[in-house]
Amino acid sequence: MNRLLPFFGFMLLVVLFGFGIWWNTQHDQNAIPSPLLNKPAPAFNLPKLYEPAQTVSKADLLGQPYLLNVFASWCIECGAEHPVLEAEGPGLGVQLVGYNYKDAPADAKRWLAEHGNPYNLLIADEPGNTAIDFGVYGAPESFLIDAKGVIRYKHIGPLTPDVVAKELKPAIAAMQKEVP
Amino acid sequence: MTPELGQLALILALLLALAQSILPLLGAWRGNRALMAVARPAAAGQAVFVAFAFGILVWAFVRFDFSVQYVADNSNLALPWYYRIAAVWGAHEGSLLLWILILNVWTVALAAFSQKLPEVFASRVIAVMGLIAVGFLAFIIFTSDPFGRLLPMPGDGADLNPVLQDPGMTFHPPMLYMGYVGFSVAFAFSIAALLGGELEQAWVRWARPWTNIAWGFLTCGIVAGSWWAYAELGWGGWWFWDPVENASFMPWLVGLALIHAQAVTEKRGSLRAWTILLSIFAFSLSLLGTFLVRSGVLTSVHAFASDPRRGIFILAFLTIVVGGSLLLYALRAPKVVGGKSFKVVSRETVLLIGNLMFAVAAAMVLLGTLFPLIGDALNLGRVSVGPPYFGFLFPLLMLPVVLLLPFGPFLRWGKGDWPALKQVLLRAGIAAAACAIAAAFFVNGQLKAIAGVASLVWLGIGVLLYVIKRWREMPRGRRYPAEMAGMLLAHLGVGVFVAGVLLSESLSVTSDVRMAPGQTQHIGGYDFRFDGAHRATGPNWRADQGVVTVTRDSKAVAVMHPQKRTYLRGQVQTESAVNAGIFRDLYVALGEPMDANDIEGAWSLRLYYKPFIRWIWGGGLLMMLGGFVCAGDKRFRIKRGAKIEEATASLQVQETHA
Repeated sequence: MNRLLPFFGFMLLVVLFGFGIWWNTQHDQNAIPSPLLNKPAPAFNLPKLYEPAQTVSKADLLGQPYLLNVFASWCIECGAEHPVLEAEGPGLGVQLVGYNYKDAPADAKRWLAEHGNPYNLLIADEPGNTAIDFGVYGAPESFLIDAKGVIRYKHIGPLTPDVVAKELKPAIAAMQKEVP
Repeated sequence: MTPELGQLALILALLLALAQSILPLLGAWRGNRALMAVARPAAAGQAVFVAFAFGILVWAFVRFDFSVQYVADNSNLALPWYYRIAAVWGAHEGSLLLWILILNVWTVALAAFSQKLPEVFASRVIAVMGLIAVGFLAFIIFTSDPFGRLLPMPGDGADLNPVLQDPGMTFHPPMLYMGYVGFSVAFAFSIAALLGGELEQAWVRWARPWTNIAWGFLTCGIVAGSWWAYAELGWGGWWFWDPVENASFMPWLVGLALIHAQAVTEKRGSLRAWTILLSIFAFSLSLLGTFLVRSGVLTSVHAFASDPRRGIFILAFLTIVVGGSLLLYALRAPKVVGGKSFKVVSRETVLLIGNLMFAVAAAMVLLGTLFPLIGDALNLGRVSVGPPYFGFLFPLLMLPVVLLLPFGPFLRWGKGDWPALKQVLLRAGIAAAACAIAAAFFVNGQLKAIAGVASLVWLGIGVLLYVIKRWREMPRGRRYPAEMAGMLLAHLGVGVFVAGVLLSESLSVTSDVRMAPGQTQHIGGYDFRFDGAHRATGPNWRADQGVVTVTRDSKAVAVMHPQKRTYLRGQVQTESAVNAGIFRDLYVALGEPMDANDIEGAWSLRLYYKPFIRWIWGGGLLMMLGGFVCAGDKRFRIKRGAKIEEATASLQVQETHA
């Protein structure tokens, strides 16, 4: 039966592709509950992208809610997400923190120069070590972190206008209601 | 009227393709020579009609026939004629037409050069080519008609994507398709062999030159694409591990494995099943590439037109072709493990390791490319793994290949001898180490650059030692048969390529600067002086054009003109200026003016000094040349009436050679 192995392997691929087509027609992105949800965000201390001499830590950002957006210049989906961040970012009511993931700083700066910079603050994680603490699979991913440093919402994959309207904005609204 | 003639020609071609595939297969099965004889004329007829349809689409572009939707979408009155012709394959429908045209070029060549093959075998091969044509013609006719009308007819068309308005684009897709589609020949040979239950290995010899030529074209297409991305995208990179690039790289890797596996099967009779499997995979990955690019399942950004109907059609076609041939393989693949045995130290072992590495690398690229889709399927979300994944794993897999490469030619089939290997190891090793130490002083101890020099010397000396050995040991005229010369060229190409990659990656200097007119930047030993920007115009664009004068030790080197073009429909496109050289490229891209209203003032500029980057493409071209030279070997020319006897006779001669 060894000779049938390539055939079965290929059929697995066919199933995957069939699924891909179906997914594209039926579904949009769908977030899964993360184990980190409603838990304090992991501590980090990362250099700023434009001023590598200065670092930003989790403690520095306490007191104001922010959306941590993991991106990289090599990531194709990030290019699709970018116009959404540019358009929706200012209206979100939270700070937009760009988390540059496994990227050469020069490439990232070039990419931002080309596509525009929607971020209020940019930090760089070139080795990608801190991202492990956040449970990042790849780019893009987004984390909504509240003023107390707790992760309130997480989205894997590019933010689309639909996701922003149906998931992100309600999450922000829910968070803002609690704050006295 | 004429576009409808094109449509009609496609339908007639489809009918002929059906005849070309079904009748000869029936004939070969029932032993009916009349039915088998249909194969060649049907193939020729199909080619005539496809060429006619293609010609009509070209004509519609040349004549500005905007009543054809495809023409109106992809060209306009201001587009120069050469880009109007390139626009034929600038989008989905036309590029499929190019695909089927090239498939016909291969089929006609096959029909012409297979006259001396056994009739049953040749008609099966041509019939399989016909089956592939049926699938693609039906795909064009039912889902992607390039001749659809647009009424009322607009006065002017839209525009060809400005990124595609580049000389590189005119020949990159045809070359790439020549490679992709060329693997269909090796595929058809394997299927015909499986159908006929051919147990002798003669068919592998017939398939070899076709595989080599297809692989050569694919190499050329990838090199052209890489050069185009470098010159046109303005990032100065030459490979991005983008899904579309990966789609062409996977068949290339499997094709590489196939070329080497075919050599083993032809000369030694072993690895038969593996060779058949690889030829199925090489072509399947070409189809898979088409699927990934066209169906839109993967690249939301790159998407050509993504229409679920098209995706489903290609998926069904892929399932029938690949699934069917893999089932056939499971049923009919040679059951006996044949071939001559070999020892651990032998040419077979080295080739097997190479094969394994190429196959694993292809699987690795496939996994990485499909990762976003797998993420979706497992409900993890759509994420890409990107260059950190590929850039780490691929060199790791290729390291053993580079290390073992010089030994391959020195090893004998069956069993090799240690002393000869030790000599190679010693000589090439010492030379590489010495050059690496010398290089260390020039490159400030950068490990990557040192490794680049060492691998160039290691591979180069390996090739050179073998050239010397043949020169000494063989009589004149029999020293370098084409097959061997091609192999040596391609292996030298690997050395040049690896050196180009490592040296340019480690020694390149990039600088993003703000420059006012008259200011000078010093990069990599060159002085770049910005002499201001002015307006320039072309046939269908306006541009801000910078002038950068480059000097070295106050001697003029070049005056460069990077542009920022705005095309008629408002698309903005950066045209970088490249000053090419064997040992370094100077590359300037124009950014933005510091003050949007004052283009004569200061600009942001990106300056690159890229040493040895041209060696990357030079190495690729050497590999391509190797593939072509190899295919020209006299041994591959089939003589009438001389089949198995002569084949075995020349096999023995070859063994005494080796």
